[in-house]
Amino acid sequence: MLKAYSILNKILQINNLTKKYGPVTAVKDLSFTIEKGNVYGILGPNGSGKSTTLGVVLNVVNKTSGDFKWFDGRESTHDALKKVGAIIERPNFYPYMTAAQNLDLVCKIKNVAPDKIDEKLELVGLLDRKDSKFRTFSLGMKQRLAIASALLNDPEILILDEPTNGLDPQGIHQIREIITKIAQDGTTILLASHLLDEVEKVCTHVVIIRKGEKLYSGPVDQMNASFGFFELKAAETEKLHRLLDEHPSFGKITQKGEILVAFLNEPLEAEALNKYLFENGLVLSQLVKRKESLEEQFLQLTNQISA
Amino acid sequence: MLRLLTIEYHKLRYSKSARLLVTTYFILITFIALIASIEFKFGGVEFRVADQGIFNFPYIWHFNSYIAATLKLFLAIVIVSMMSNEYTNRTLKQNLIDGLSKKEFILSKFLTVLSFSLLSTVFLFIVSMILGLSFSDYTEFSIIFSDLEYLLAYFIKLTGFFAFCMFLGMLVKRSAFALGFLFIWWIIENIGYAVMKYKLFRGSEIADNIAQFFPLESMSMLVKEPFSRLNVIQSAATQLGSEISKDYGIHWYQLLIVCIWITLFVYFSYFLLKRRDL
Repeated sequence: MLKAYSILNKILQINNLTKKYGPVTAVKDLSFTIEKGNVYGILGPNGSGKSTTLGVVLNVVNKTSGDFKWFDGRESTHDALKKVGAIIERPNFYPYMTAAQNLDLVCKIKNVAPDKIDEKLELVGLLDRKDSKFRTFSLGMKQRLAIASALLNDPEILILDEPTNGLDPQGIHQIREIITKIAQDGTTILLASHLLDEVEKVCTHVVIIRKGEKLYSGPVDQMNASFGFFELKAAETEKLHRLLDEHPSFGKITQKGEILVAFLNEPLEAEALNKYLFENGLVLSQLVKRKESLEEQFLQLTNQISA
Repeated sequence: MLRLLTIEYHKLRYSKSARLLVTTYFILITFIALIASIEFKFGGVEFRVADQGIFNFPYIWHFNSYIAATLKLFLAIVIVSMMSNEYTNRTLKQNLIDGLSKKEFILSKFLTVLSFSLLSTVFLFIVSMILGLSFSDYTEFSIIFSDLEYLLAYFIKLTGFFAFCMFLGMLVKRSAFALGFLFIWWIIENIGYAVMKYKLFRGSEIADNIAQFFPLESMSMLVKEPFSRLNVIQSAATQLGSEISKDYGIHWYQLLIVCIWITLFVYFSYFLLKRRDL
């Protein structure tokens, strides 16, 4: 019973996928699974193979080896894609058609009734421009139209590749708001980005790739088995250093100016540390407990491998 | 199939240039009727083209399909640009992502090619019928409906030419270059023919036998020029002491050659699309 349930929830499985462009290997032996209801991020620097991976599963790039299955292989790729909403790279529409006409065409391709066009245009805030030609749109509007188009069939999964690329801050904000709104409705999302905070803000799961190889895949908060670190400041820096050395919970301790940065080996609450130091006759002037940001973890991960 | 046609129709109907070219094309076909009004004086003799029997059944089928076929370039531009614009707008990629398969994409384009050819053939049939009924000296039922194979040849010829254009649009991805390539190909065929005819196989029929398999040549062979078939020209030739004896007929193997080209062009287009990373 439980097994049947989990199969139904597998939206996309990628197994040992490899793509070579001549001598260049863009994607190398990549495997991961996308399950229903989560928001996934594919994170990697530019040229790491994110778009190529998406291109392969979206039927526009031919794989070299490996395979992928949509919805557990129950239907052909192009039929499966009718239940997927995807935007990759720049928004591509017919410049001579209006927004509504373009969406109408997408409905015909996806074989769905065109009655949701207004609703989706409303969602992305383009309803008042539905009869304007696509070529008159700004980049932000084009990108929002692309999202509306991807949502026309109420997709099982929404795939977004660098959705905020090239937008001004206002545009970025609008797109992120829309994505968050869609995620709240329970739509599975796969978001490829090189922007860490974007992934951090939106995603629950992350796949990190570099040079076409998977470095990590799993929940965002388990990305690093790190317990965080303290930033501490006291008048007597040396005594502080000694006390921290003596405490069993700490590993590496570094000094940044007057501030000591102490990394945890095991969980420790800020209160407990404060109490321990005070009992040993040290008064802190600053106590901050932090977790590494995704960016720091990401850099750590990518460096570990390259080193 | 109907779904694919509606998709293609949707893409074309909103394009101003496609609309303009298609309308111009069909208006120009009706202009064949204007030939009827051409009059000129030749050595003091009043000469009316309409009286020379060009609109007589069944000759009109041959004459009109030849004249109308020269206009095919208008539709060729539409076909080439409907292929290459999918690349330049990158909408081909989006179509595939939206759930059109590569096979469906090629099929939708080929169905459009077929519809254009069919539409043009039907239109030509109607125009010729009206012209024939108003100008022909013979209007017996059996005469009207003889030699209709010229319309079949016309249909195959257009389909072949458009399928070639479709393939070029797919291959070159830019409309202007694809049309340029078409022109270059035409030159290549002619040079190839000339080299064979006057260098390699001088004084024999071998050159013609080979050239009939060339794509453009095989299409143009389907409907041969009808002018030398006219009585005026025939009698003028006799007076000059020469006899024009030419085979104006349409042969099954000529139709077959073009049909094979059509199949190849569609298959090559699919093959190209399948192999490409977009």
